[in-house]
Amino acid sequence: MAKIQTLKQGDGSPNKGRRDFIVVASYAMAGIGLASVAWPLIDQMNPAADTLALASIEVDISKIEMGQSITVKWRGKPVFIRHRTETEITSAQSVQLSDLKDPQTDDERVTNPQFLVMLGVCTHLGCVPLGQKSGDVKGEYDGWFCPCHGSHYDSSGRIRKGPAPLNLEIPPYQFASDAVIKIG
Amino acid sequence: MSADKFSNPVVRWIDHRLPIFTFMDHELNEYPTPKNLNYFWNFGSLAGISLVIMIVTGIVLAMSYTPHVDYAFQSVERIMRDVNHGWLLRYIHMNGASFFFIVVFIHIFRGLYYGSYKAPRELLWILGVLILLLMMATAFMGYVLPWGQMSFWGATVITNLFSAIPLVGDSIVTLLWGGFSVDNPTLNRFFALHYLMPFLIVGVVILHLVALHRFGSNNPIGIDPSGPQDTVPFHPYYTIKDFFGLSIFLTLFAAAIFFFPNFMGHPDNYIPANPMQTPAHIVPEWYFLPFYAILRAVPDKLGGVVAMFGAIAVLFILPWLDRSPIRSGNFRPIFRIFFWVFVVDCIALGYLGGMPAEGIYVVLSRVATAWYFLHFLAILPLLSVIETPRPLPQSLSKSVLGGNAMAGVASAVKEKVR
Ligand code: HEM
Ligand code: FES
Repeated sequence: MAKIQTLKQGDGSPNKGRRDFIVVASYAMAGIGLASVAWPLIDQMNPAADTLALASIEVDISKIEMGQSITVKWRGKPVFIRHRTETEITSAQSVQLSDLKDPQTDDERVTNPQFLVMLGVCTHLGCVPLGQKSGDVKGEYDGWFCPCHGSHYDSSGRIRKGPAPLNLEIPPYQFASDAVIKIG
Repeated sequence: MSADKFSNPVVRWIDHRLPIFTFMDHELNEYPTPKNLNYFWNFGSLAGISLVIMIVTGIVLAMSYTPHVDYAFQSVERIMRDVNHGWLLRYIHMNGASFFFIVVFIHIFRGLYYGSYKAPRELLWILGVLILLLMMATAFMGYVLPWGQMSFWGATVITNLFSAIPLVGDSIVTLLWGGFSVDNPTLNRFFALHYLMPFLIVGVVILHLVALHRFGSNNPIGIDPSGPQDTVPFHPYYTIKDFFGLSIFLTLFAAAIFFFPNFMGHPDNYIPANPMQTPAHIVPEWYFLPFYAILRAVPDKLGGVVAMFGAIAVLFILPWLDRSPIRSGNFRPIFRIFFWVFVVDCIALGYLGGMPAEGIYVVLSRVATAWYFLHFLAILPLLSVIETPRPLPQSLSKSVLGGNAMAGVASAVKEKVR
């Protein structure tokens, strides 16, 4: 109705409403056209098919002594696997959720409490935290410490102090057998 | 204006069809320039020459460089040892980046002190800040190319800054990487962009110069020249002054290249990149340290990133923060003090950015960061209201030649009319 009225009122061009429609429609088409040309140019930067295909690895964990950690490479990133001691497990389990910046129970972070598997990538800006080797600084919570800007993680890999916002990420993994885990 | 002023017939023939010589004569020869410019006005031409040096050495380095994670480090070492004059070309490029930043920082502080960002030069200033941003991106990607430990971890930390963006952050980081971490696709694209961006800078520099030549240079007094008696032709007066400055610049540059080529670099970058181990103490190149200090001063990931980019963003709106109509700091007694405090603050931020983020350094970084923003967002707007400036000289000539300058009278009249 509104349209017809504009037509009737008239401003010297009886088809103004229709013309506006055509102009807007052509701009919209041109916009869609540009966007569909731009998309392949941008999306080519995303991971290529072969990069995506490097998905999973298998790791033998039977040789890791209690209190020892190993670092393996998955998708170009370090994965920390730690055979935790009893004290580490109990201290990780006894933490109050209210004390945590990114609340998660230890149970939610492990399949088998003895083995903690997580990405060795600080959730702040991506450095590799220290704490894998026996001589390393482990931070104030006896877990891992990121030297880049000072983030402290506990024995469950949860963020306790420093600029990192989240707990160390748990990659998708499963126990293929008691001795082997499959990451990815 | 016709081509008649050129005696060479070939030049005349060309100029009639393509007025390139008239253009150059107009912009580089007769171009009227305030006659009281001091040595701080040398740094613009020095910046331009630095850009040319970077492009020339960069293109020849690219002829021997291999952008692949397995070969990049070796190819740079090969440039250093086996390629003819390769060590020289790389040291020029490497130190050239530092000298380029030194020159541009002085150029920017010159603008801050003499109020060169004020009307009618706001766009000129904004284009300059844009050049600074492009330079930072270019230098960051260049530093990744040799694929040493600092290259790799610098790239990791800086690209991860984008993960702080809510919702889309992680997708953006994956897009930048082309994978799940900084890896070969990242190196490839950084090389492509590192090659491209200097030419974008050239484009913005041209716009910067067009904007400059619209109203001409500002000057240490900050008032406009009122006529020909206040200016001199660019050539030979400022060409020769620029050449003199250039010779000093090149002397210092050569001293760095030949005697301390690695002084401004970090030894860890001579260790090949290792994605499984972060160096104990990572620091960016020195010219990023003040911004890095601001990033770390804020104890929140997103907040830190916002503050860091905000430190540059305030420069874009500076012409509207400082409302004082007086350009030059020479006539602003209070501004002048705060200007120097701000210089010290920036140097302090640079120092703190290089120190570990713990204890007293964190506290000091926070104070210095707060001051940085306070200076722009509170002190400058406030000063433009409360400060009483000293009386301005009546003309450039008067300020140069003293009170009894004949020319000064004529221009003083014009100044009033304006
Ligand atoms: C705005 C201008 C430029 C800046 C600020 C800049 C900065 C840098 C920096 C900081 C490095 C690292 C040097 C090192 O530590 O080894 C670098 C490396 C490199 N740049 Fe540039 N660059 C510029 C222009 C160019 C251009 C135009 C090219 C042409 C392709 C280029 C090609 C290279 C190459 C091949 C390397 C790796 C070799 C090496 O590391 O020495 N650069 N650049
Ligand atoms: S990257 Fe770990 S604290 Fe910043």
